Amino acid sequence: MSFVFWLIAALTVAGGLAAVLLKNLVHCALALTIAFLGLALLFLQLDAQFAGFAQILVYVGAVAILVVFAILLTRSSEIPKDGGIFSRTWVTGLVIAAAVFAMLGWAVLQSVPGLPHESAAPAASVQQIGWALMGRYVLPLEIVALLLTAALIGAVIVAMHEKEGAKER
Amino acid sequence: MLDKADQLFVLLKDWLVGYLPGGWQQPAGVVLGVIGIVAVYPTLFATAVLMERKGLGRMQNRLGPNRVGPFGILQPIADAIKSLTKEDIVPLNADAMVHFLAPVVLVVVAFMGFAVLPVGRNMVLVDMDASLLFYFAMGASTELSIFMAGWSSRNKYSLLGAMRAVAQMISYEVPLLLSSVTIVMMTGSLSLVKIVDAQNQYTWGLPHWYIFTPWGCAAFVMYAIAATAETNRSPFDLPEGESELVAGYFTEYSGFKFALFFLGEYLGMLSISGLGTTLFLGGWSAPFAFLAWVPSWIWFFSKVMLSIVVLIWVRGTLPRLRQDQLMNFAWKFVLPMTLLNLMVAAVWRFMGEGLLRWIVCSAILVVVFVAAGRAGMGRKHFGPRSYRYAD
Repeated sequence: MSFVFWLIAALTVAGGLAAVLLKNLVHCALALTIAFLGLALLFLQLDAQFAGFAQILVYVGAVAILVVFAILLTRSSEIPKDGGIFSRTWVTGLVIAAAVFAMLGWAVLQSVPGLPHESAAPAASVQQIGWALMGRYVLPLEIVALLLTAALIGAVIVAMHEKEGAKER
Repeated sequence: MLDKADQLFVLLKDWLVGYLPGGWQQPAGVVLGVIGIVAVYPTLFATAVLMERKGLGRMQNRLGPNRVGPFGILQPIADAIKSLTKEDIVPLNADAMVHFLAPVVLVVVAFMGFAVLPVGRNMVLVDMDASLLFYFAMGASTELSIFMAGWSSRNKYSLLGAMRAVAQMISYEVPLLLSSVTIVMMTGSLSLVKIVDAQNQYTWGLPHWYIFTPWGCAAFVMYAIAATAETNRSPFDLPEGESELVAGYFTEYSGFKFALFFLGEYLGMLSISGLGTTLFLGGWSAPFAFLAWVPSWIWFFSKVMLSIVVLIWVRGTLPRLRQDQLMNFAWKFVLPMTLLNLMVAAVWRFMGEGLLRWIVCSAILVVVFVAAGRAGMGRKHFGPRSYRYAD
């Protein structure tokens, strides 16, 4: 546990806490992004380049934007007028977050004896991941791709204006 | 002698670092590299701004800056002093913290991208396996800073500009990534250093740049379109369309923060031109074998500045697109073409050496391009302009 680890961990935890406690929803989303970024840095510190950069690309680049857009489109980013920066329901938020964390922690702790004890840290370069995805795991990859495409088309159809449908009625 | 000129900066770094004790040498080398990046690219930024103002001036039949120094070449210095001394106004209702952080995040992320670009032989700050992935991860992070700027200003124009910018950047990021994937398929590596090495070969004195293959040329055209949109440059500069949105997401920024946004935009242009150079134009390799004696970094920066000149030229030539045209173009034309190009690249890969694959791949691309273009144009009806809301 180096100094860098503690620095990143503090950043991640602070981001996560702010996401739960703050009042303004956009602030929460931005704080969540900091937590995502901290996780990516943790991956990078463990020499997992692919996981780290994919985390930044997907979570900071896409998911955060999606969250922010969703907030703006639904609540139109109203700013609560009464003072203070913390949410009034911060206790509930903290309890829910703690419960989820406890469950995840429990699951991880339960699964530890099942894993083989490796003395050396496993090293997976991006190239190895690429070979594995294109070789041994190509079928699961294709299935996931098909599923995601179907979900994408489904989402577009749900969101589309039903002009043809109106005519039939 | 020429070898020394080629490796000038590497040797300079080694010589400076040599004065330090063993344990300090590596971190000092990294710091020197960072100083190099932070010094060189803003200088290029100043040059690019001057070139843009002079060039656009000529295209629009005026002189451009010509007061400060001979031919106005000291204009960037005057601009820098002006923006440093201007008052920094933050709107009363603005979210002060986010408003302050947005330009900082933008510039930091823009600088990070340069870390993986190989600017010359042995001249790259971070040589890692996944450098292309790193570059795109950094590029994706700029969207958030633009959103932060637009949202925190509490200004309708800012928010609309930010929404437009983010929607546009997300849309064009897909073709940008997919057109780069063909290069990764061919090289078999995400490392930018290896991509340049693969292109640094010559047959009959001509280079093996990826742009000189059918799929590479098509990918380069689509990369250039997506890169122009990604950097919010004209004709894709709707996010800052001054006739509609004042200045887009940085309407409420003044003084040095405005300068930071300006810097971030140009750094984005420089870095995406640098990546395009690395991927398609052979990075630091010379355009002819007999010119290989010219130092590699001169080639890299000449190619980058040439790309900037082309961007300025395009800006001076084309009118701005409409929002629906912009989105339709991205999703209905560029994206299918990049997907087709992936397939063409695979065909190229498995057809083996020979003239046949040149004919087959070019034919597929040209036929589909013409057919898709005709089909798209056929649906449009040209005639007198009709106005829906104003008459």
